[in-house]
Amino acid sequence: MNKYSAFSLFKNALTNNKNWQASWRDASPKVKYDAIIVGGGGHGLATAYYLAKNHGMRNIAVVEKGWIGGGNTARNTTIVRSNYLWTESSLLYEKSLKLWESLSQDINFNVMFSQRGVYNLGHTLQDMRDIERRVSANQLNGIDAEVVNAQQIKEAIPLINTSETARYPILGASLQRRAGVARHDAVAWGYARAASELGVDIVQQCEVTGIRKNGPQVTGVETTRGYIETKKVGVVVAGHASVIADMAGIRLPLESHPLQAYVSEPLKPVLDTVVMSNAVHGYVSQSDKGELVIGAGIDSYIGYGQRGSFHTIEHCMQAIIALFPNFSRVRMLRQWGGIVDVSPDACPILSKTPVEGLYFNCGWGTGGFKATPGSGWAFAHTIANNQPHELNAPFSLDRFSTGALIDEHGAAAVAH
Amino acid sequence: MLLIKCPWCGERDETEFSYGGEAAIKRPLKPKDLNDEQWADYLFMRKNTRGLFLEQWNHSVGCRQWFLVERNTITYEIISTKRINSDALNSEVPQ
Ligand SMILES: Cc1cc2nc3c(=O)[nH]c(=O)nc-3n(C[C@H](O)[C@H](O)[C@H](O)COP(=O)(O)OP(=O)(O)OC[C@H]3O[C@@H](n4cnc5c(N)ncnc54)[C@H](O)[C@@H]3O)c2cc1C
Ligand SMILES: [Zn+2]
Repeated sequence: MNKYSAFSLFKNALTNNKNWQASWRDASPKVKYDAIIVGGGGHGLATAYYLAKNHGMRNIAVVEKGWIGGGNTARNTTIVRSNYLWTESSLLYEKSLKLWESLSQDINFNVMFSQRGVYNLGHTLQDMRDIERRVSANQLNGIDAEVVNAQQIKEAIPLINTSETARYPILGASLQRRAGVARHDAVAWGYARAASELGVDIVQQCEVTGIRKNGPQVTGVETTRGYIETKKVGVVVAGHASVIADMAGIRLPLESHPLQAYVSEPLKPVLDTVVMSNAVHGYVSQSDKGELVIGAGIDSYIGYGQRGSFHTIEHCMQAIIALFPNFSRVRMLRQWGGIVDVSPDACPILSKTPVEGLYFNCGWGTGGFKATPGSGWAFAHTIANNQPHELNAPFSLDRFSTGALIDEHGAAAVAH
Repeated sequence: MLLIKCPWCGERDETEFSYGGEAAIKRPLKPKDLNDEQWADYLFMRKNTRGLFLEQWNHSVGCRQWFLVERNTITYEIISTKRINSDALNSEVPQ
């Protein structure tokens, strides 16, 4: 396979860019694999890559019902940060952030990870107390975090409205400077290419329609492209986790909701960081193309339709205009939805299940893009060793019966 | 935006309602007899159906009544809405 470098760009330019190879092999399913990953989103592809790279499992496949990255991976607003409140989550997200920092080199694909910082705004005294607490907790866990006041925010982000007479005045923020954004498609393509290079089959247009078991043990998956035999199945299908669980006779504590996002027409550079606010409930950054990338909360109802309701859009725009009044003149260009799998404690499930050889990685809800590398890394460990790594052990399915929930609701700022 | 027919007030915009999730979850009559897995199942595990789904909504800025909605969670089409009574809960839960 071509190695991407400045030299390869130059060399291929000389031949009019006609000699680039395909980035990965679009494989057809074999009859049998050592492991099958269901779901070709970022998390599934990362899982396959780390299974091959760290655990030497090369006879494996990723099966995706549509095209890779067509799910939430390429529908999200790409915020990457690790400043969660509880030790369990902050360590998992921090592992991920560390992997992000060297990801482009590791997989030889530019994922355009840009550590432009993330501000989580506080608008009330209670917000500020929560921010102080979270920043202190982050520092105790060795994660970079600082509290900034309204004046520092205004200096860093000149367009933001820090007027004291605003409906929800900005009092301060937490700032994680190592946080930022990345290019979502590149994450899917880069992991696919790197996994394919290590021998992983990436099978598209292949929907899993059934899970076959022999007693307590998984024996294979039924798909729209035929039956595939395997003893290990890792399910990473985000909003569709409950659907696959149902095929295996397992119940999950998840609800799938539409989550919408929006981009504006491209503008000259106006915002060089990421701003999030829980109280007015919206967040915004500016893409390299110049579009404002905007998002907010989920639609209230369960929905598998990859679209939500109009009033949710209106609510989000109100929030952004409250923070940046002069964005009111900007025209919005596109709007779309993803299906996010929300868990009761706003934390993921990376776990073995009562079925031997069946593993679930789900429940990332509105905020799993940032976790893509760490999630794949830890899930690969869980599948290869048939037991969780210590980083994901707290995120097992049995926490819902032991009561050891990890309550990140609200505590983790806007959950994206 | 969904147009939801409250069984008391008639058709209103979704913004007048709040969502109550899966309907017909029965609180165990003898919680003390349940083990932790059974209790977790009642408390946290959900059908999260893709397709025809029976759910509960509250007309929160209207008559404030809870009622049942049968809705397709893929197309979002509302099939029917009805008042909550034990018949509705026992016999008409789509499986
Ligand atoms: C609008 C929006 C904004 C978001 N913003 C952020 C953010 O700023 N920061 C952040 O960290 N996170 C964010 N998220 C969340 C993030 O996108 C997800 O948590 C993450 O991308 C999930 O990755 P995944 O690979 O598990 O899922 P997906 O990319 O959804 O991949 C799952 C794949 O499984 C496939 N699949 C489903 N059923 C089957 C089947 N039966 N057989 C085969 N394949 C199947 C699907 O087609 C899909 O490709 C956002 C999400 C949305 C929708
Ligand atoms: Zn009513």
